[in-house]
Formats: sequence, C-alpha cells, structure tokens
Amino acid sequence: MEKSSIRHHCSLLIIGGSAGSLDVILMLLPSLRPGLSFPIIIVLHRKNSFDSTLTDLLASKTTLPVKEAEEKDILTPGIIYVAPADYHLLVEKDGTLSLDYSEKVNYSRPSIDVTFETAAEAFGPELVCLLLSGASADGTEGLKVVKKHDGIVIVQNPVTAKVAYMPQHAIADVVVDRIIDASEIDELVNTL
Amino acid sequence: MELGTIDDDELDILLNDLLEVYGYDFTDYSRASLKRRVNRLLQIDKFPSFAEFRYKVRASPEYLKRFVEEITVNVTEMFRDPFFYKVLRLEILPVLSTYPLIRIWHAGCSTGEEVYSMAIMLQEANLLQKSLLYATDLNPDVIKKAMAGIFPLSQMKQYSENYILSGGIRDFSSYYSAKYNHVKFNEDLRAKVIFATHNLVSDRSFNEFQLILCRNVLIYFDHNLQQKVFTLFDQSLEPLGFLALGNKETLRFSSLSSKYNQVGKEKIWRKVA
Repeated sequence: MEKSSIRHHCSLLIIGGSAGSLDVILMLLPSLRPGLSFPIIIVLHRKNSFDSTLTDLLASKTTLPVKEAEEKDILTPGIIYVAPADYHLLVEKDGTLSLDYSEKVNYSRPSIDVTFETAAEAFGPELVCLLLSGASADGTEGLKVVKKHDGIVIVQNPVTAKVAYMPQHAIADVVVDRIIDASEIDELVNTL
Repeated sequence: MELGTIDDDELDILLNDLLEVYGYDFTDYSRASLKRRVNRLLQIDKFPSFAEFRYKVRASPEYLKRFVEEITVNVTEMFRDPFFYKVLRLEILPVLSTYPLIRIWHAGCSTGEEVYSMAIMLQEANLLQKSLLYATDLNPDVIKKAMAGIFPLSQMKQYSENYILSGGIRDFSSYYSAKYNHVKFNEDLRAKVIFATHNLVSDRSFNEFQLILCRNVLIYFDHNLQQKVFTLFDQSLEPLGFLALGNKETLRFSSLSSKYNQVGKEKIWRKVA
C-alpha cells in the first residue's frame, strides 16, 4: 500500500456508499475546492423510491453544482451527479449517463457495482473510485473491473467507517491503491 | 474473449445477427445497459465462448426467445409511482371521460402490471365499459403473461400500498382471487384490453389514442431512437391527447416539445398543436 499521493489523471471520480457513508460525504462536500477539473458521481444506497431530498441535502453543503443524474446527461467537470433512487446509473463510452430500471444488484438499486463497472469500461485508467462505509457487499465486483481497466481504487479505512463491512469486503478481494481515513478524503479529492 | 464477457466489437456482430436473422433491431439501444445485460445472460447460461453464444443465438429461434426476454428489461409493478397514478386518476381521467370512446395505448407494457392498474382505475371511474386499451410489447412471451393476468401473491402487499397511495379506496384484494402463491386478476379487467406484439423500433403507428403510456422504455434508447419513437407517438396521438412517460424520462429535449405542454410536475404531456 503506497501512502504517497495518487499520481494520476482523473477524468471522473465516483463515490459509492451505503450505511454510515452519508456523514462522510456531508463532511467532504464543504471542503471541495471550486472548479474541480473532473465530474463526481455519488451512488448512495437509499431506502425508497420517492425520496429526492438527498440531492437537495447534498447541494446545501457545497458551492459546486449538485444535480440528480438524468439519462443522457453529459458528464461535465465540476458538477456533482447523484444517482436517483430506484434506478441504476450507468456511464456510457461517449461520456453520457444512462438509467436502467432492471433487477436489483446486491439487493440494491442503484447498485454501486453497476456504476463502477460501466464507468471502468468508459474511462479506463482515468477513473478514480472511492468506496465508503456500508453493510453491503456492493462495490467489490465493480472495483475489480475498475482495476482491470487500470483505474484507481480507494477504500475508506474500515476502522474509521461507521459500518466496516463494505470497505472490509472490498479490501479482502481487490488490490486497492489506497486505504484512507474519513478525515483525509477531502485532501485527496482536492489534489486529484 | 475473456470468459463470460464480450467486447464492443462482438456486441456489434451480435446485434447485426439479430437484425439480419430475426429482424430485431437493438442497434440504437443505449450501449452500457445493453452490453451489461448481454454479459449477464452469457454468465447465467455459461457459454464457454462468444462463438458458441453467437451460434446458439443464430441457430435457435427457441433460444432467441430467451435472449430477447433476458435482454429487454421486464421489471415493472402495479401502480408504480403511485403519485403519477393519482394525477392520472384525478386530472386525466376526468378529461378522458368526456369522450364517447376512450382509446389508450400502453406501449412497452411488459407483463401488464400497469395495464391492469389502468383498468382498475377506469372501472372505479365507471369508464372501463367505453374504453379500449391496447397493450403492446416487442416480446410475445411477456404479452402472454400479461394476457394471463397472473402475478405472484408476494407482490400484493406492495401493490396494495401503491394502490392506496394512488387514491384507491376499495379493498385491493377484491380485484383478484388468490390460489397458492399466485393471484389471478378478475376477467372483467381485461375484457377491454387488446394485447399484441408491436416493436417501437420497427413498427408503425396503428391507431389514434387520447392517452399513450410508455414508461421506462425510452431510457434504454439512444437519442436518435428516442426522437423516432416520439414521432411515432405524435402520429398516434389525437389533438389534445396525453403522453405519459416514466419518472426519469422527458419530452423536453425532443424537437416535438413545442407542440406539448407538461401537466403539472408529473411526466405527462398534452398535445396542444
């Protein structure tokens, strides 16, 4: 495990999280530097389908524009896209987004795996994925595909995660580039 | 090929085969989703190589049926997005009730859950008798399921909750009879439904409607195909008719959008020009 900063050209950052990850994201957002040179996608597991308040909540924490991802959206640097409740969010090779209402994956829709996997194919080595706290196995398979396409894989330190299962599961199964404490995430993202 | 996945070139070859051999045109579907579903099928059915998969699809019309069923997304539910149904019930049906004959098209109806939802609302508004519902899908197997009107009992709790949220006030269980793990919806609900196969990609307009519902179908199409299908709907919609889309779909970026007004915040548009 290298402790050095990630030397890498980042064209897309995806943050995936489940139980216990919302606090980490709420802490991260206010410290993001304005004018990031890449877009961010946030995929969070949520309870139900009628809930669009998450986007508003996240938007209230940052000066960067935050929007719920819509199909055919063109990924644009400096914008934060939130996967809508009850749809999978996919990344196309032309840099646009697609939605998919197919079966749940890992009991989840949106599934973190689906977004990681499709983005890995689309962005290859220019993709950075960050997996946070959670009680699900979701994310691990996706991170494997990200690695296969030479993307960068970062996982929250299970010790600092509210629910260690999800990052633990990933670390056990994927060669991750970096394990990071919750408090270090802002610095990492700002220097990508 | 790595075991269990195909690359973009192989996907192109496969899509070409489907068009050439069977006339199914998936070439303008959104790629990421389509590829994911093809790879998922490849893994479920454990094909050792792309060549064998391709051979099976080309040579076996029986397997082709399975392929189409698995590639297209057939996840649906009754009264899906209950607030959408509430708007249909409170704002759209009263307008439709002024017509002597109500014609509704469910395009891409899958296994029919939303068609039965509509029939229930029409019956409750005393409109079912003068209605005609066309329920179409490209896949003949899901149409058969839709015709049977048999759904898993395990879903009924969720559907009943959706029904109540949509403004339903009856006992939802009065619309079906349960047997073992399944329920069969009452025959009178589908007495006014015509089930048929229709492919939005390749088939033409076949009637004029006052309401077309096409929910969570267009998200699988690329921009050009979406435009084509919007044109088909426009040709199939009477003046002042309604077009209802899925929660994440929009007419806004279509060249036809100037002819339509959105009804409130729901994904319902009225043809005004």
